Amino acid sequence: MAPLVPDIIGNELNLVVALLIGIAFGFILEQAGFSTSKKLVGLFYGYDFTVLRVFFTAGITAMIGVIAFGHFGLLDLNLIYVNPTYIWSAIVGGLIMGLGFVVGGFCPGTSVCAAAIGKIDAMIFIAGSFLGVFIFAEGYPYFEGLYKSGFWGYPHMFETLGMSQAAFAVVMTVFAVVAFIATTMIEKKVNGKSNPELVPVRMYYGLALTVIVISLTAFLMPERQSDILNRSSNEAVLNSFDPMKMTADELAYRIIDNDRKLQIMDFRTQDDFKQLNLPGSENLTYENLFGKDAAKTFSRKNVDYVFLANTEDEEKKAAYIARENGYENVYVLSDGMNGFREKIIDFRMPSKIENRHEADTYKFREKASILIPELIKENKDKVTQEKKESKRALGGC
Amino acid sequence: MMKKSEYMNPYLAGFLLGLLLLVTIFITGRGLGASGAFKSGVVAAVSSIAPAHASDTHYYLEYAEEHKGNPLKSWLVFEVMGVLIGAFASGLISNRVKLKLEHSPRITSTTRIIAASFGGLLFGLGSQLGRGCTSGSALSGMAVLSTGGIITMLAIFGGAYAFAYFFRKLWL
Repeated sequence: MAPLVPDIIGNELNLVVALLIGIAFGFILEQAGFSTSKKLVGLFYGYDFTVLRVFFTAGITAMIGVIAFGHFGLLDLNLIYVNPTYIWSAIVGGLIMGLGFVVGGFCPGTSVCAAAIGKIDAMIFIAGSFLGVFIFAEGYPYFEGLYKSGFWGYPHMFETLGMSQAAFAVVMTVFAVVAFIATTMIEKKVNGKSNPELVPVRMYYGLALTVIVISLTAFLMPERQSDILNRSSNEAVLNSFDPMKMTADELAYRIIDNDRKLQIMDFRTQDDFKQLNLPGSENLTYENLFGKDAAKTFSRKNVDYVFLANTEDEEKKAAYIARENGYENVYVLSDGMNGFREKIIDFRMPSKIENRHEADTYKFREKASILIPELIKENKDKVTQEKKESKRALGGC
Repeated sequence: MMKKSEYMNPYLAGFLLGLLLLVTIFITGRGLGASGAFKSGVVAAVSSIAPAHASDTHYYLEYAEEHKGNPLKSWLVFEVMGVLIGAFASGLISNRVKLKLEHSPRITSTTRIIAASFGGLLFGLGSQLGRGCTSGSALSGMAVLSTGGIITMLAIFGGAYAFAYFFRKLWL
């Protein structure tokens, strides 16, 4: 599952990737005509809307791609960089940049692009930008208040507006298409003639229709994660699901044996987990079974994963989610943690013993009821290490 | 060779740029950017020219805390070096490489130089406040549906439209 950095592509290789991506970025910008200030500011005066067309097409394409990748579970959206929202500095900074745009005729990316093909005005713009950053750095104490005010966290626009992600994507796309049509009309009026390249041809309609059909079918299907979670709460589904089981005795034996081929996954609440956790166990939520970290956890070969919750039904739910995500070798603990407490931790020798087998079992349990609490206690002193979670990518400027 | 004025169809260019941005997010988990490289450049310059100043000024200290190691060994610096190479290659192919101070025939070169440096200064300053420029904040922010990114985008374009009238003589 993506993002591929830092697990599949290391941080050093990532710099090579950066260079290659930059080359493609520069090439596309230059081919689009972003290396001349005359074309760049055209949209603000109505004679050339190339920037708007390129910008919105790119934004919409990437946005739909990101949503689709997340939707189909190919990209862990929790790990990608989402620009933070500091409302006041976003607005003031944006307005200053807008002013810089109409005065200077470039933005940073396009100025680099234009400087590369020899535009002296672009080189001067870059020098000016360095000075601007320097002024910000030196005057930081004055700007800091504004810079850090109005922090809203890392919200998505659709959350801020209280819409669903898909609905917001549709609104943005419709907005872009309307802007494309309107600006083409404005351009025609200002220039007195239409741009022959941009007359809509049948191919555009065909392409647009295909995209709309694909995205509608994709987004009308429920989102994968919530769909699986919903099904896992359905009793009928769980009743027909029969996961592998591990008895309390086997689990106790393997804990005492310090079995390295055993991984206990504890789905109880954090508080329950803190109060009592089995050696080597990991505390998880159902949501943790999705995403890149889960893929990493379950990647170990020949390991038996034992799911633990207070009741077996809750374990079954987790096991169902794991199976839907393609993870195998998952066991549920028979009778859940409640059963484990009763049979092992709080074991009391029954007064009546039916047969030899029972006698052996009870003997083992009696031993385990001493050993396991000791191991739990020993382990508790050790559990101070932090949980290793994949971090969100750092980005921005 | 292609004719000098021929640019790519903007929708095609936008689609390709969008795919590139998507691939970037897919591989690295972050979007494209530009002004961040300028910031790295400034920090690197100040740190090497006036190390004492850098080590007692709040901003550089905060930067050093957030970015370990050499500021020039950052993702955006490498990406922007790529932009230089890619744009140059594109210019060569389309026969557009030429040393030239471009400006409207109605203004003098001096006016253009002053406007370009002031515009750059404003953009540099604004991109720090906005935590990114048109690429890092607006475009990449839109791709990941970030509220901050989209608001910055609206402010950049809204601001440019609002101020455009007062600077029309520079362009028309």
